[in-house]
Amino acid sequence: MTKVRVATVWFSGCAGCHMSFLDLDELIIDLAERIEIVKSPIVDTKEFPENVDVTLIEGAVGNEEHIELLRKIRKRSKIVIALGDCAVTGNVPAMRNGIPVNEILEGVYGKERTTTGTIPSEVVPHLEDRVRPLHEVVPVDYFLHGCPPPAAVIGKALLALLDGKTPELTGRELKFG
Amino acid sequence: MKEILIRIDGKEVTAPAGSTILEIAKQQGISIPTLCHLDGLSDVGACRMCIVDVGGKIVTSCTTKITEGMEVITNSDRLAELRRLNLELIFAERNHVCSMCVSNNHCELQDLACDLGMQNVEVPYAYPRLSLDATHPRFIVDHNRCILCGRCVRVCAEVEGAHVWGIAGRGSEARVITELSVDWGDAQMCTDCGKCVEVCPTGAIVEKGKATAEMVKHPELVTTLKERREND
Repeated sequence: MTKVRVATVWFSGCAGCHMSFLDLDELIIDLAERIEIVKSPIVDTKEFPENVDVTLIEGAVGNEEHIELLRKIRKRSKIVIALGDCAVTGNVPAMRNGIPVNEILEGVYGKERTTTGTIPSEVVPHLEDRVRPLHEVVPVDYFLHGCPPPAAVIGKALLALLDGKTPELTGRELKFG
Repeated sequence: MKEILIRIDGKEVTAPAGSTILEIAKQQGISIPTLCHLDGLSDVGACRMCIVDVGGKIVTSCTTKITEGMEVITNSDRLAELRRLNLELIFAERNHVCSMCVSNNHCELQDLACDLGMQNVEVPYAYPRLSLDATHPRFIVDHNRCILCGRCVRVCAEVEGAHVWGIAGRGSEARVITELSVDWGDAQMCTDCGKCVEVCPTGAIVEKGKATAEMVKHPELVTTLKERREND
């Protein structure tokens, strides 16, 4: 049986959603028999691969690299899932919206905060003026709410998709926060 | 009192003149989503969640009184779509960061998003820069989480009789204010009773010293208080 190709990606978020994903406990063993993780912060692949079946994205869109990668992911993935509140609503990363980017950088890296006061400008991607949820940039197929989404919700959604069904999340499974 | 015959979701019901559609629906066990309504306070139709269909016209059920022969539909695809869009607009207008909110897990707005199956907010988020006022010794008002339901305004005027709260500005500029927009800590009419805290459906008006998800409110206390007064 060919395994379902799954990717997980980490944008502006705290890694809590990935922790929740790993918190699936023994379900991970069942999943491992049916899926192949082709790209993730926990596997060593540099380029986002072609022909991905399901991509789970944690975090909001916060910088220019996220936008470029997100568009590539959308083209190369059959199903894109917004994993957690940052990806679905912007959540905590979006609390900087409305503050000019240079003021934020100055506040974090400026002379009052660091010994050199050097604001990083090379190698690191430029921050966007506004942090946005994924669906404001590309179409998103499914939304997993929560900060982080409970492992049971992630498991339920993935198992449904593996069985070729639409994940049916209702009531408290849709709770933000 | 004069009895009026109406049809609600196809069922014929008689009820006293002067009743609202929402009251009749509740009596019939029909669930209509609400946010700004609270039993014991007057109704103002601020949140628009309780809309129903009366002969093709969309009206707020909390402020619409029944009339003879009225045909009411409380649930349809169109109503569900309008309610969800309205809910999305409420979420998009302010900064409702549930994960960081003292009212997380105890919030009427958060609950309603679950009940109505809101998957995401399709309208672009406004992400406005808003202030909070922590000048009162015991309470805080955080405009980021306010949905302008006006429960604080009504409870303060109708139950406490202090008339501290009001709403200033229009549209997206509207804000709840204390007295003539003075800091809450300087509001001389405020009796520090905390009724506004208990009735606020979100984490907009809260007690100081609460961490995430610790703020549990009891709006039903105001309902009980009002009932007791009326029965005395």
